[in-house]
Amino acid sequence: MSVLVLVEHTGGIIKKKSFEAVQYAAEIAKKASTTATALVLGTIADSELENLGTYGVQKVLHVADERLNELHARAYTSALIAAGQKEDSKIIIALHDINGKAVLPRIAVKLKAGLVAGALSYPDLEKGFVIKKAVFSGKAFAFVNITSDVKVITLMANSFQLNQGSGKATIEKLDVAFGDKDFGIKVKSIDKVTGEVSLADAELVVSGGRGMKGPENWGLIEDLAHELGAATACSRPVADAGWRPHHEHVGQTGGTVRPNLYIAVGISGAIQHLAGVNGSKIIVVINKDPEAPFFKAANYGVVGDAMEILPKLTEAVKKFKQHK
Amino acid sequence: MKILVCISQVPDTSTKIMLKDNDTAVNSQGTTYIINPYDEWYALIRALELKESGVATDVHLITVGKADTEPVIRKALALGGDLAVRIDADSNDPYQTANYIAEYAKTVGYDLVLCGKESIDYNNGTVGVMIAELLDADYIGFATKIEVDASAATVTREIEGGEETDVVNLPAVISCQKGVAEARIPNMRGIMAARTKPLNVVTPAEVTAVTAILSYEMPPAKAGVRMVSPDNMDELVELLHTEAKVI
Repeated sequence: MSVLVLVEHTGGIIKKKSFEAVQYAAEIAKKASTTATALVLGTIADSELENLGTYGVQKVLHVADERLNELHARAYTSALIAAGQKEDSKIIIALHDINGKAVLPRIAVKLKAGLVAGALSYPDLEKGFVIKKAVFSGKAFAFVNITSDVKVITLMANSFQLNQGSGKATIEKLDVAFGDKDFGIKVKSIDKVTGEVSLADAELVVSGGRGMKGPENWGLIEDLAHELGAATACSRPVADAGWRPHHEHVGQTGGTVRPNLYIAVGISGAIQHLAGVNGSKIIVVINKDPEAPFFKAANYGVVGDAMEILPKLTEAVKKFKQHK
Repeated sequence: MKILVCISQVPDTSTKIMLKDNDTAVNSQGTTYIINPYDEWYALIRALELKESGVATDVHLITVGKADTEPVIRKALALGGDLAVRIDADSNDPYQTANYIAEYAKTVGYDLVLCGKESIDYNNGTVGVMIAELLDADYIGFATKIEVDASAATVTREIEGGEETDVVNLPAVISCQKGVAEARIPNMRGIMAARTKPLNVVTPAEVTAVTAILSYEMPPAKAGVRMVSPDNMDELVELLHTEAKVI
């Protein structure tokens, strides 16, 4: 038996969050006194695959079919099933992101396995196979026990610190016999966002609410985000008003973010918004209303006019970076 | 063309979650329930639009729940749909839920199954994909635009780091998010009509759950906010660097 983890890469560069999933798999393998194997799909150099060993896996399986450079969930499923059979894997892990969410539920069905979606902890093996996950969009946590023989987990990114070691993994090519249905979905066009920090993966986020008064003031948010290397986000009223694109909306009915730092500017902190951001490690709230509920959920607070504070904060960050 | 829309009952977004029975259950006393917003605003409305434009002939709604979910199902029927099905079971296990729905779906033979991108209670986002696997169908997640003709759907969806437009043959399962449709408010005619629409109660297929929630926990209370003067942003940056260690 082994632990199997699906690795994601962008154009041959392994994503940081995938290293986290690999390390998570390797730690579980250690707890279960077994080994971990990483599965990588698509075009990628062996020199990059070697990095996976430093996060604790003993083996890397590589399916070099170039059709796998883009998400084809059923083909990814076939590859994972083939790798799982080869490695006799009883625990199968991927990230709780668009790719992982499209593939691992299929694995769970194929193997009649319990799935914990969005794991925040290692499994507690003393109580069974119990994993912590957020429920009610972060308003509470649940401890879920997987009772089936095979266990399937999608890991919430940014849950564990990365610790690179000096381990080495053997790299093996794996051939998978794909079926007709594995590439049944025809891709007409792909539009990749480049240059911007993706919100779901961002470690720093600057977010604006109605207190920004209008889209014309968003330059102040963007200046600060640019200086910090942060992604930008917004509250629901801002997205609904069309001031910002809807993919920037965080909250219970928008996206969930889990950055190290979330700076909320002119957002009052409705319970629905807090649900989307309370996985953030540190929250800074800037609001002119000292009674704004968001201050109760914040680590640091500044009371005042966002239009005046933002340029000062951006300037302070600039100064800090120069002296660092 | 027959469309099945998966509906989940969830606590209203303004609900403050409280626990009971030694933190092994969620206290639902006083909770107002709504249709999961992604199911209602996007999946259901898009299905209704497809019927209005003549692409779809039948729109069926399905939920897994006990009798107490019926008011929410009626609310969904007030927006539209020809009939609703309630699988008479209480399940927190996505594998079990998906099997219940898939087993029913097989008896009718739907061309398209629509669901929300996730339910806002257990935040799994897994039931739709599992239904696709159980029906041996393709699945497209996180759709922002859906066009359907007789045999295929053209779907724009969010992917890791961007957007993609795909063509998928029917039958297929698609999960919906913002962009797919605009939310509607039911009108009085819809509410009246919903009262007499068929709501069929179906005994669940025999499927064993493969996960169980053992207990719950509330997030730790914040230690308290540290206020910084608006005239001293250097101090804030310094705190974020030395104390919080996030920059």
